Parts: sequence; C-alpha cells; structure tokens
Amino acid sequence: MKYLCLVYCDETLLHGLPESPADAECMAYANAIHDSGRMLAAEALKPVQTATTVRVRGGQTSLTDGPFAETKEQLAGFYLVEARDLNEALNIARGIPAARVGSVEVRPVRELQP
Amino acid sequence: MPGSEAVRAAIDQVYRDESRRILATLIRLLGDFDLAEEALHEAFFTAVERWQRDGIPASPRAWLVSTGRFKAIDGLRRRARFERSPEALRQALERLEADDMNVEELEDDRLRLIFTCCHPALAADAQVPLTLREVCDLTTEEIGRAFLLAPATIAQRIVRAKAKIREAGIPYQVPARDELPERLDSVLRVIYLVFNEGYSASSGETVVRDELCAEAIRLGRLLRELLPDPEVLGLLALMLLQASRTRARNAGEGELVLLDAQDRSLWDQVLIAEGCALVQQALCTQRFGPYTLQAAIAAVHAEAATAQDTDWAQIVGLYEVLLRGWPSPVIELNHAAAVAQRDGPLAGLALIEGILQRGDLRDYQPAHCARAELCRQLGRQDQAREAYRTALGLTRQAPERRFIERRLQVLQAISRR
Repeated sequence: MKYLCLVYCDETLLHGLPESPADAECMAYANAIHDSGRMLAAEALKPVQTATTVRVRGGQTSLTDGPFAETKEQLAGFYLVEARDLNEALNIARGIPAARVGSVEVRPVRELQP
Repeated sequence: MPGSEAVRAAIDQVYRDESRRILATLIRLLGDFDLAEEALHEAFFTAVERWQRDGIPASPRAWLVSTGRFKAIDGLRRRARFERSPEALRQALERLEADDMNVEELEDDRLRLIFTCCHPALAADAQVPLTLREVCDLTTEEIGRAFLLAPATIAQRIVRAKAKIREAGIPYQVPARDELPERLDSVLRVIYLVFNEGYSASSGETVVRDELCAEAIRLGRLLRELLPDPEVLGLLALMLLQASRTRARNAGEGELVLLDAQDRSLWDQVLIAEGCALVQQALCTQRFGPYTLQAAIAAVHAEAATAQDTDWAQIVGLYEVLLRGWPSPVIELNHAAAVAQRDGPLAGLALIEGILQRGDLRDYQPAHCARAELCRQLGRQDQAREAYRTALGLTRQAPERRFIERRLQVLQAISRR
C-alpha cells in the first residue's frame, strides 16, 4: 500500500530547538528510505507564508494568500512511501528526524476507481 | 450416528471452547473481520446439518475452519459476479484459493487477534470493546452494560475500529521482537482496563462487574500461555491477588472495605498462592516492569496475617523501585501512604502535602482522603475535616461518598466531646 506521511511542525520551532534536525540529517534519512526501495517521493516545504490557496467555485477561481487553515502546526514536508502495511509505514514515520520536534500524520492513499 | 440432541450439545461445546480460535484463524485467512465473522456463523450453521448426517468430525476445529473458508470463497465468487468493481474481490479470492492452511500458524492466530484489537493506531476507547467483542465474544449489549454506555455507542466504536483496520492496512500479525515491548504494553493496558472496570468502579450490576474481572483474568491466562513475558506474568499475578480480596472488600450493599479493615479469612488463598508464585517467577527473570512490581506489593499484603503484620519496609522499598523506573503522581501518593505506615503519619503527610503543593493530584479524591486520614491520626481535626470535605466534592461514586461522610461524622463526634 501507499502511505503519505505528512510532517507537521510549529515553523517557529522547526529549526530552533536543540533537537531540531539539520538538513544533512533529513537528507540522510530520505536517502536511507530511498535505498530501501520504499520511497516514492519526499520533499520539504518552504514556510507557510509562501502558501497560496486556490479554490474554484462555479467556474470562478479565487486565490487567497496563506494556507488552507491557520493551525498551530504547519505542513513542513512529506514522504510518499510504499509499505507492506501500516506498521511498516509507522516505522518509516517514526524515523523522520522532524518527528522529534513536530508530528507526522500517516495516511493510506486511496486508489481512485477508474 | 449421534442423536440430534447430542450433536447440538457437541456444537454448543465446540462453540464455547473454540469459536474465538476459529474466528482468529478465519480473520487471517480472509483478511477481514466482518467476512470472517460471517464465515464463522455459516460454518457453525452448516455443522448442525452435516454433523447430524455424517457424524462429528475427528477435528471439529479444522472442519469448521475449512468449511468457513469454503463458505467465504463461495460468497466472494457470488459477489464478484454481481458487483461492478470485482478487482479487490478477485484478488482476495486468488489469495484465499492459493493459501494452504498452515497448521503451525493456528496457535499464533489468537495472539494475532489480540495484538490487532489492541493496536495503538486504534482509538483508545475502541481497543477495549473490540477486544471484548472479538477475543472474548461478549455481545455489544454486555459490553455496554459493563461500561454504562449504550450498546449502539459500543457498536459504533467497534465498526469504526474495524474500518480503520481494513482501510489503513493494520496488519494481522504478532509484532516483531523490537516492537514487542511497546505493543505488549498496549495489550496489557487493555486487559488491566477491563479488570479495573470490573474491580474498582462501584456503579452498575455486581454480576456484570465480576464477569469483567473474570474475563480479564481469562485474557491474562491466555496471554501467558501464548507469550509468557515477565510482565504478562506480573499483570496476571496482580489481577489474581486483587481478585483474591473481592469478598472481603464488599461489605454488602455495595460498601467498600479498605485493606486494613478487611476480614482476611475471606481472602481467596488459592488465588493468592497462584499470584504469589507468578510474582516470584516474574521477579526471577530480572526483566520485570511496573505490573510485576505492583503485583509484588500486593503479594506482601497478601502474606500478612493481619494488617499490623504488614512488612511496610518492603512495600516502601518496592514503591521506590517503581518510582525510579515508572514515576507517576499516583505511585508517589501510594509511596507516601506506605511511608506513613513505616515511619509514622508526620513523615507520610509531609510527602503528600509536597505532591499536592506541586499541583499534581489536586483533583484526585484519594489524595485528599489520605491527607485527611493522616491529619486525623495527628489530632489535627480541622485540617482533617477540610480535607475530607474536599474529597467529598471530588467523588462521584455513592459508596465512596458514604465512606467519606461516615468519616466526617466520626470527626464531628470527636470535636463535640
């Protein structure tokens, strides 16, 4: 199954705590998951101030500055992985360095029905 | 050929003894809780007719598993023919038809079922009902009665949990060795919750409550048989030792009798002997945890012929080990109460006031009761009364309230003299 691991963190703390991961550690972990053959994609995101939200209603597009929802913790990055089951996905998630300062939501991917 | 009465009796017996094991295996084979339950019922339904005609099979369990599996395959084939998106069904069928029944795995199936029902990814309030429903075969009505919740609420939690197992891909397996301690914690917690719901809460029907305790002990025994980890022994010992006092603890009309006032001749010596032996066994492994230590404390109480004979020094020592490894305010309170017994009320009171001043346990009724009792022993009647009143405001259970009210009346009588 495919699982999306969404990494959430208070952006003001992401890089500022003693246990905050440096980029090198994050890259090393992503490489390790990649080498295990379970990585489909993973990226870190720029801060939430750079977000723009798009909605289309009645054919009209509206753009708003900022994220979909104002929350205490923001989406900071993601891993899309292929895992045998939830346990394997959770194991990948617990190793993500940012889990030490934020939280990782693990969601199974729904296969669209053609 | 056995008579129809004999066959029915045999089927009832097999259902009681084996239905959970058969269900556990069918869930593994079918990969779905609901499908497995349907298959289980169809298998038993078929048995009524076939065993009448062909006699009771040599291995009823194997017969029922294989019949349940065939029934499920039939059902899936029928559905695959009628439903629009048969891809998932086709895959399930292929897997099922290819899967030879692996006999060695059968014993592990019950353990798989327990670990899956107690998976930490499931909502905490769903783990207990799911375990009671699937592993213990309690009905949602029975679970609802025991937890004072509507059966519909229980059913809804179970349905949601099963949906999550299916949709999120929670595997049906015993965790790997490196995950075992963490996952086992979750299983032990569920079993102890079931026990405590039966043991401590004093509302609801006593019969249902005793059944919950018995069910938790049964689960503990099953787990020991399947996975004799030291903490599994420790939890079973703790439950047996607490259960040994059930008769002495209830003074009729739902009144609670505290440990030091209990008639110890009412303690169940058979349970005590088994509990103490398990504690020894767990302590010998040197890999024990908090359940074993709590059981060891219960064992020290169990070994004292009278409340005065209690080896408080040993109990204080055990609480200190517990506090070092698994600190919690409640354990700290129990430690303080033991210190009061060993070194006198003044020493215990200082510890309890320290905990309360920190802000921990300020809303915890037993902390105020303990403080009140020590104040009373020290002749500080006003403080004792004040603490009992605080406790009274925090309690929601009738027997506890009556207990505190009686204490307050005694204090009033003293101050009037």
